[in-house]
Order: sequence, then structure tokens, then C-alpha cells
Amino acid sequence: MLRIENLSKDFGGLRAVDHCSFEVPAGTIFGLIGPNGSGKSTIFNLVTGFLLPTEGEIYFKGERITGWPPYAIVRKGIARTFQLVRVFRNMTVMENMLMGPKHQAGENFVAGVLNLPAVRRQERENVRKARELLAIMGLERFENEYAGNLSYAEQKLVEIARALMTDPDFLMLDEPASGINPTLVENILQHIRRLRDEHGKTILLVEHDMNVVMNLCDWIVVLNYGQKICEGTPETVSCDPRVIDAYLGV
Amino acid sequence: MEIAVHLLVLITIYGILAISLNLMVGMAGLFNLGLAAFYGIGAYTSAILSRNFGVPVGLSLLAGVALSALIGFIIGLPTVKLVGDYLAVVTMGLGEITRAVFKNWVPVTRGPMGLPGIPHMSLFGFKLDTAPLFLAFSFVMIAISFIFVERIRLSPFGRVLRGVREDEMGAQALGKNTYWYKMIALVVGSGLAGLAGGLFAHYMSFIDPSSFVMWLTFFIFLAIMMGGLGNNLGAVVATGVLMVLREGLRFAGLPPAVAAPLQQLIFGILLIIMTIFAPRGLIPEQKPRYD
Amino acid sequence: MDIFAQLLVNGLIAGGTYALAAVGYSMVYSILKFINFAHGSIAMVGAYITFFLAIQSLHLPLPAAFFLSMLLTALLGISVERIAYRPLRRAPKLSTLTTAIAVSFVLDAAVMILMGADIKTFSLPVMQGYSIGPVLITPVQIIIIGASFFFMLLLYILLTRTKLGKAIRAVADDPSLAEASGINANVIIAAVFGIGSALAAAAGSLIGLDTNLQPTMGFLITIKAFAAVVLGGLGSVYGAIVGGFIIGIVENLGVWVIPPVWKDTIAYGILILVLFVRPAGLFGSVEQAGVLQQ
Repeated sequence: MLRIENLSKDFGGLRAVDHCSFEVPAGTIFGLIGPNGSGKSTIFNLVTGFLLPTEGEIYFKGERITGWPPYAIVRKGIARTFQLVRVFRNMTVMENMLMGPKHQAGENFVAGVLNLPAVRRQERENVRKARELLAIMGLERFENEYAGNLSYAEQKLVEIARALMTDPDFLMLDEPASGINPTLVENILQHIRRLRDEHGKTILLVEHDMNVVMNLCDWIVVLNYGQKICEGTPETVSCDPRVIDAYLGV
Repeated sequence: MEIAVHLLVLITIYGILAISLNLMVGMAGLFNLGLAAFYGIGAYTSAILSRNFGVPVGLSLLAGVALSALIGFIIGLPTVKLVGDYLAVVTMGLGEITRAVFKNWVPVTRGPMGLPGIPHMSLFGFKLDTAPLFLAFSFVMIAISFIFVERIRLSPFGRVLRGVREDEMGAQALGKNTYWYKMIALVVGSGLAGLAGGLFAHYMSFIDPSSFVMWLTFFIFLAIMMGGLGNNLGAVVATGVLMVLREGLRFAGLPPAVAAPLQQLIFGILLIIMTIFAPRGLIPEQKPRYD
Repeated sequence: MDIFAQLLVNGLIAGGTYALAAVGYSMVYSILKFINFAHGSIAMVGAYITFFLAIQSLHLPLPAAFFLSMLLTALLGISVERIAYRPLRRAPKLSTLTTAIAVSFVLDAAVMILMGADIKTFSLPVMQGYSIGPVLITPVQIIIIGASFFFMLLLYILLTRTKLGKAIRAVADDPSLAEASGINANVIIAAVFGIGSALAAAAGSLIGLDTNLQPTMGFLITIKAFAAVVLGGLGSVYGAIVGGFIIGIVENLGVWVIPPVWKDTIAYGILILVLFVRPAGLFGSVEQAGVLQQ
């Protein structure tokens, strides 16, 4: 589904990502872990088009997407969340959700202003879909609440729900469990598992919390100082001496 | 009574300006400080075409709108990707350059002497040469502008604009080509400002560069902040209130040399207070409901 | 060739004043990452205070009026920061820009009301100029360029050799770290505004000496100073100096080829050109400048 080849990114004198390569197979939950500063979020930004790589290529569904602008990459079927939750704080939860769907007829200036029947039909359909998703996440009562007024955990769920509204094949979650009360984390993990099992989505996640990672992921890549130092199943990776060294030898 | 009608006409014209600025700043988050330039381009274009070349007024008005929109487009192409502060400064600079053109391109604009004898607005041969007649026309114009921009606001397009205003990166992460959304907002806004300018020219029958100063942009800015950023009705109402206040100050019996800067002083302080205590404007945006 | 040399010299003199204005501007920008739009108006107030003290009322000797004006303007700058900018420190950038513009309008209006909108000059007695080759320089011009360099040197010494200077650079670099090291950021920020405003006053007075005084000069000074800062590179105080000189020279040489009425437009042109072509300016870095939308 996603393949990165020899990806590197320099910031001035600092090499944040160093010749990284890996491939994410479809229908898996893939974990990207590593100590702080190992380049995980940079890879996220590179894949989603928010940063331009210094070297290397990125392929999605077999197509080369290196250097594409973010909106084009999203249109191809990738959706992402951010490390520090980003929702539109001064817009309602429903509005946030309605920003999700791609190819909305009403987003075309002329069609939107004229409020064509197709536009109205799509809006109704999107509202229905949004309500469904919000119900699954347990957020339906916040529909008309400003997103900024929700708790951090609730905002994270909104962000994930909103990303799902883009109908992605590939979902990139940046630290979905961080900042969340441990009791609520299992809730989020359930949703993520369901996405893979019931909806056939592929998920790439960056996470710090080793429990989450070990519990959830089918396959893990470990980064340190921008380089891939190990990859494998959770069991393999947790026993690998290089990984232990990276995490403990800081 | 005459004064009241005159004031109302000006309110409709500045109201259209406020709606256009609200579209660009309040809805799209584009800090266009060159508003007065687009206003001026619309005015001068319509004036010159109708006055010097005998173009029928309706057509020249449209030409003014088109040229303003076109220049908005050209300016927007490199500018729209600049971050807020810099966008503001660049548009301000462009606004001032445009005003310098009005002042110095004497063969075309007659510079500081201005353009007198601009033909009156006429509809299908019927001349709108009195203030009340013009008021009827300009009222229709502002009503159309209002409905138009409200339609934008309530549409999914408008929703994306708001998202871009809130968090551009977030909007991009949802697959929106934010650059074009901002461009469209800028072009439509500039065109509307050009409409206001054309109306101004044909109402006053005389224009000169002094009507298109940065102070005007600032005044409209104050109006949309008072009315609530993104709130079109508020923008128009606030414009009305500020215009009345301005007239009131003029009648306070002060010598004109003091009245004008005093106005500037008071409104400046007002804007500072508002920015500190009510940064999203006095009237918050309505929550859209989807029932 | 003679004209060229004369225009070049005039450009250097004007450039010196712009550099001085730009340096104060750049300092404020480095500390607060915010474009103080009122900087030019503050410079204008400084110029008018000098005028008021020297010519209009107390008839103080010019140097005394000059320095007193710098002091008073510094106090003005500190007050403006306290009243209008500090409450907005956590607000979105656009709020501070709006307020800064509003402050500039308020100051312009106040001066217009108090001093009138007519053009004023320092009307110094006409003195014999000096000829250096083909170029004529008046004593006033020598004083102007001398003063510009003097204050820039003073600033350099302040920033690099004094404790205050170190503290300023610390806060500019990393405010939270500076606070954690025991520096009171609020005091430093006030100091920066004070110094920046004093320099602005000096620049304004010198510009007034070089040309004339009108309440609208504030806006032009702001644009030229900002153009100088952007040209030199945002965040580089010394770049601002180079930028100021370049603008002064280009402006004065420019009137050789284009009609003089367009002289002030040159600074706008440079500003816009730099922001479109190379936002980082001569000595800055693009990412650091944060000019482009991500």
C-alpha cells in the first residue's frame, strides 16, 4: 500500500531522516516507533506532503507521490491525524466532520452558491454519514458543540472520525494515545482494530506507549536518529538488542 | 432630509465594501489591507470608460468590477501563499502603489485634480440623477451583494473557507486545495470592492485619489470587527453605525482640520480596545445547524 | 558622472537614517517576532518633539532637544507596549498587526491635531557646504550621517558588551529559557521597546533634518524601515543596516531614471519584490523567517 525508498530529510545541518525504507502491506496495523527525535513525525510529514524529502521516493498504491502537495495526497486516499490534536476549534463538531468528505459538489464555488439540488442531496448524505460515525465513537451528543470545547480525548476521537470522513484507504495516526487517560486508551484501540477488521483499512501509527504498540500492531519498524534499526513482529522487535539499546541507552 | 439620503447612499456603498472585506478577511482569513486600491480601480475604470470613451454606464460599471477582479487575481497569485503578517504588508504596499498611480498617472487619471463630470448611472435609458433614485439602485446592489456573499457563507465552499481561516494546514490535511479557495475569495472580494467603487464614481460624479487612502481600508476594517468577523449583516449594520458617528463628529462644530484627525484618533482607539477585548468582533458567528 | 556621485552621497545620507530606523524595528522584531507597524509613527513623534522643543517653544539648543526627544519617545514606546501590545502577547498575529496599525493611526492623528498638518522644517541657517571632489555635502548632512553611525555603534556596544545586551539576545533567542535563567522577560521587552523607540526618534529627527516634517511621514518611515529589514533579512539586525543603506541609495539614484514623484514607491517595490522572490532577504533564512505558508 505505502512504500518509502531511501527517504532522507535534512534540516540545515541536521539529518532528521536517514535513508529509510520500508513497506506497509494493505490491511495491516503498522507501527513506527523510536525514541524522541528519531524522525517519526518527520516521516509522517514527508509522506503526507507537508515536507519535501532531500532524497528518496514515496509510493502509494504503486504510484509515485514524492513531492505532491498535501491535498493531492489526501485525495489519493491517505488521511492523517496530528501529534498535537488539530481540530477546527471554532467550528462545531458536525462542521468539522463535514469538512472531511472529498469531492463535495458544494465545494465548487458556483455549485455551492447556487445551492444546486445535487449539493443539497450530498450535504444530507454527508450529515447522515457523519452522525453514524459520531455515534460509533460515542460523540453524537457533541454534534453542535464547538470542537474546541471538548476534552482532549474527545477532540482526538473527533480528529480520527473526521479523517475517516475522507474515506481513506490508508490512515496515518500520529500518537493517537498520547495525552489520553489510560482507561480511555483501550476505547481508542478498539476503534482502530475495528477499522482494520471490519473496514479493511490499512493503518500506520506512530506511538510512544509500548503497551499500545505491542498490543495493536501486526508489524513494527523501529527508528533511531533517523535510521531504521530494526523491523519485525512485536515479539521479535521487543527482544532485539539494538532496540533495547536505543530506548535505554539514551 | 437631503443629508439623510446622502448618508444612506454612502452607507450602501461602504456596506458593499464591508461585505467584500468580510469575505476576504472575516471568512477566508486573508488580511487584505489593499482594499482601497480595488475600490479605486473599480471607480477609476468605470469613470474613465464612461466619461472619456462614452461607454454606457452599466457596461463601464461591469468593466470596473472585472478589472478589479482581474487585478485581484494577478496580485493574489504570488501573494496568497504568504503568511498573515506579510500578506497584510504586501497588500498594503500594493494599495499604496495603486494610489500613487492614481495620483501620478496624470494623462489618464488627471492626478490630484481628479475626474469631474462622471456620467450619472442610467438604467435602460432612465437616468438616476437624483440622490433618492440612486439610493434605490444602490440599495438593490447591496442587497444582491449581501445575498451573494451569504450564499457563499452558507455553502460547503464557505465552510472550507472557514476551515482554511481556522487552520490552513488542517484543511490541507483533509484534501482541500487551500490556495485556490483563497484565490477565489480574493478575486470575488476584489470584484465586489470594484463594484462599490464604480457606484461611488457615478454617484459623486467626481473622484480624486484622496478618496482611496489607507484610512478607508482601516475604517471598513473597524466596521467588520465591530459587526463580528464573518458576520455579513453585522458588517453592514456596523458600517451604518460608524458612518452616523462620523457624521455626528463632523457636526460637533469643530474646525475641519481637527475633525478629520479626531475621527481617526477616536476610531483608532476604538479598534485597539476591540482588538484587545473582542478579537473576533463584537457579535460572534452563528453556529450552523444541520437539522 | 558628477550627478551620479552626488546622488550616491545623498543616498548614503538618507540610507543612514533609514538604517537607523530599521535597526530599532529589527530589534523589536527579533524579540517579539512581530511587525511593529507603529514604529514609523513613533519616529515621527520623536521628530516632532525635537521640533517642538527646539523651534516651536522652549528653543532648546538642537542637541539637547534631540536627546530629550529620544528619552521622551522611549517612554512613549514603553507605554504603547504596555497598553496596547502586552495584552495581546498570546493572541494570533493578526490581532497584534491590527493593533499596531491602529496605534500608528492614533499617533498620526494626535500629532496632526496638536501640531497641525502643514509641513514644517527645521529652518537651520544656511551654511557653507564642503566640496569633496564633484560632490557637495552640507554640515547638516555630515551631522546626520555621523549621528546615524554613532547610534548604530552605540547599539552594537550595548548588544554585545553589556549585561542588558546579553539579556536581550537571550530573550530574543529563547524566551522561556531566558525566563528560567532568571531574566524578567517583561522588563527586557520594555527595555527593547524603549531603546527601539529612542532610535526611532533619533532616526525621525534626522530625517526631519534631512528633509522636512509632516504627520504623514510616519507611514513612509514604517514602510521604508520594514523594507530595509526584509531586504537585509528578517532577524538580522546588521542586515537591516545594509538594507537601509541600499534603499536610500536606490531611491536617490532612482530619481535619475524615473520621475521624482515615484520616489517613495521604490521602497514599496523593493519590499514586494523581496517577499516574492527571496523572502529570506540577503542575510536571513527562509524557514526561520516563516514567511511562506506551509
